[in-house]
Amino acid sequence: MAEEVGAVGRVGSKSAAGGYLRAVGAILWKDIAAEMRSRELLGSMLVFAFLVILIFNFALELDLRVRQTVTSGVLWVTFAFAGTLGLNRSMAIEKDRGCLDGLLLAPVDRSALYFGKVLSNLLFMLIVAAIILPLYSLLYNVNLFLPGLIGVIVLGSIGYVVVGTLLAAMAVQARTRDILLPILLFPVILPVLVAAVRATTGILQGLPLEDYQAWLNLLIAYDVIFLGVAIVSFDYIVEE
Amino acid sequence: MEPIPRNLKILTGITIALFLIALYMVFIYAPREAVMGDVQRVFYFHVAAGWVGAVAFLVTAIAGGVYLAKRDRKWDRVAVASVEIGVVFIFINIVSGAIWARPIWNTWWTWDPRLVTATIMLLLYLAYLMLRQGIDDPDRRARFGAIYGIVAFVSVPITFLSIRIFRTIHPVVIGSGDPTAEGAFDMTPPMLQAFMFSLLTFTFIYMTLLWYRVRLGRLSEQVEERKMEMMSI
Amino acid sequence: MIEVRGLVKAFGVKPVLRGLDFQVDEGEFVAVVGPNGAGKTTLLRILASLARPTMGAVSLAGLQLPAQSGAARKILGVVSHQPLLYGDLTADQNLRFFGRMYGVADLDHRIPEVLDIVRLSPRRYDLVREYSRGMQQRLAIGRGILHRPRLLLFDEPHTGLDPDSADMLDDLLTKVAGEGRTVVMTSHDLTRAGELASRVDILSGGKIAHSAKRGELEPGELNSLYYKVTRG
Repeated sequence: MAEEVGAVGRVGSKSAAGGYLRAVGAILWKDIAAEMRSRELLGSMLVFAFLVILIFNFALELDLRVRQTVTSGVLWVTFAFAGTLGLNRSMAIEKDRGCLDGLLLAPVDRSALYFGKVLSNLLFMLIVAAIILPLYSLLYNVNLFLPGLIGVIVLGSIGYVVVGTLLAAMAVQARTRDILLPILLFPVILPVLVAAVRATTGILQGLPLEDYQAWLNLLIAYDVIFLGVAIVSFDYIVEE
Repeated sequence: MEPIPRNLKILTGITIALFLIALYMVFIYAPREAVMGDVQRVFYFHVAAGWVGAVAFLVTAIAGGVYLAKRDRKWDRVAVASVEIGVVFIFINIVSGAIWARPIWNTWWTWDPRLVTATIMLLLYLAYLMLRQGIDDPDRRARFGAIYGIVAFVSVPITFLSIRIFRTIHPVVIGSGDPTAEGAFDMTPPMLQAFMFSLLTFTFIYMTLLWYRVRLGRLSEQVEERKMEMMSI
Repeated sequence: MIEVRGLVKAFGVKPVLRGLDFQVDEGEFVAVVGPNGAGKTTLLRILASLARPTMGAVSLAGLQLPAQSGAARKILGVVSHQPLLYGDLTADQNLRFFGRMYGVADLDHRIPEVLDIVRLSPRRYDLVREYSRGMQQRLAIGRGILHRPRLLLFDEPHTGLDPDSADMLDDLLTKVAGEGRTVVMTSHDLTRAGELASRVDILSGGKIAHSAKRGELEPGELNSLYYKVTRG
């Protein structure tokens, strides 16, 4: 059957921007489709998060009085640890079957790969948060359904995932892959954790905005700065 | 075996001399501090070590950036050497900080922003070395090291800032009542001289060690090359 | 189509390719053979723009690598010995994903077309992790030709295939190559290489040690030539 050799997508790739966005969207869609089939990412993250909360319960004796001050810390530590599972797994999928090569062969800017991964990692992390929050609320009779809280979780997750995806791309190529990501990630992510915990506490205690405004600003600044650093660096990670 | 270059020998000599003079200045020339006593003398080396640690970090980040741009292996050697030296100096900084804190505030650790940041820097350094250790391909090792060096360096000021804000809003119960003072005292001119001289000395120590370490890196790579050649015959 | 001059690739201090010259005209089917570790995969990865040369000049259809690799990737199709497919997705989903990444426009038409060529149409909506190795390899080829590339690179495609699947693969390779495409294939299998390709290059000592066009040699001669070149 004769075909037109050499004629790549005739109508679709009119603009480079369109191709870029389409690639980002394709990666996001692909990760969602694969996850819906296997559920291994979300499953392991949720189970792990639940276990962490359980352990905290016995380790900290979260009685009514203590809960007030400790809730945001427990939540964010849980997210941080469960998050590394998701990041590791998400990158390992690409690396293990050589799929990373398949992605690298696509005629798009490499940063599109990075953004696609960031978006899918972010989505999974927010899904985990969306399940853990109500669960925690139920278990400890704390009201966590506050609009400001959602905002903090989003901002904090963005910072976490932006740096985490970049570092996971490196960690997954090392021999000591699984233990390496937390070691690389946690010291760098500390400002996010500090700011997120403080802002969350502020919101839970019903404090006025100016009391924790500084933390929100810090989160936003962190997100922006590291997004910039990551966009520039990602190329150097995947080239050979 | 390549002989040590003449300039390096001269530098080593100067550094040793500076160090001896610094010892004199710190222990004899500088007066005994009124409130804290002799333990305050730790301060001179404590800050100098911290200074070197920060400089080393900066050098690593910059050397990494240059490596990514130029792909000359030499820059990677500088980056690694700087990290190794930096680890030692930051460690000295933390330990000397603890030694100083103990008699003054009766505690080994204060949640002072500088001390915490120094500890985070130590963790970042160690993470850097662990990252490199887990990668076999030299080119990839250099690239990843460079990237992490830059990412880590960028995070330090932000981390310092976040702990600073933390401390001003939440003063810590144990340790110093004033969150921003790290054993504040007024420095008389001789103390200031001792302080500046310590900074200078430690900078020289850093440069000397760096040179030796970079040289060592280069020589060991040459050994590897020879080994490869021998094996393929 | 492909011009390689003085290609050097070193991993750290270890040189794998030492000043390699290599040329392929449009429409040729070249097999590159050589012992393990000779650098066949390295050469292919450099041609595929997945690795950078340490030194030397590489160009595909006039495009310089690595400077113009973005444009080069549009005309390249690569099939590695790893399938490069997502096990948790169906064949249809895999092709759809790569189609979007490559900017292939008419996917609804193109996907069944490709599946037909690689004879996997009945398994279109099955999960790739349920495929046999041979089927995965065929789907990988389908992915490789999805965007209608002018140049195909195959890295030891017969690895892990039983003789029947390997024969089916040969038919597919011949068909796919026969449409005016340029093909470079690395292989362990001298016999198959000799049958499929219009030219066989022997990679040894970091360079192309010998190049033999089809018809120059009798079937048995290729084997003895190979041993002479790689041992000597």
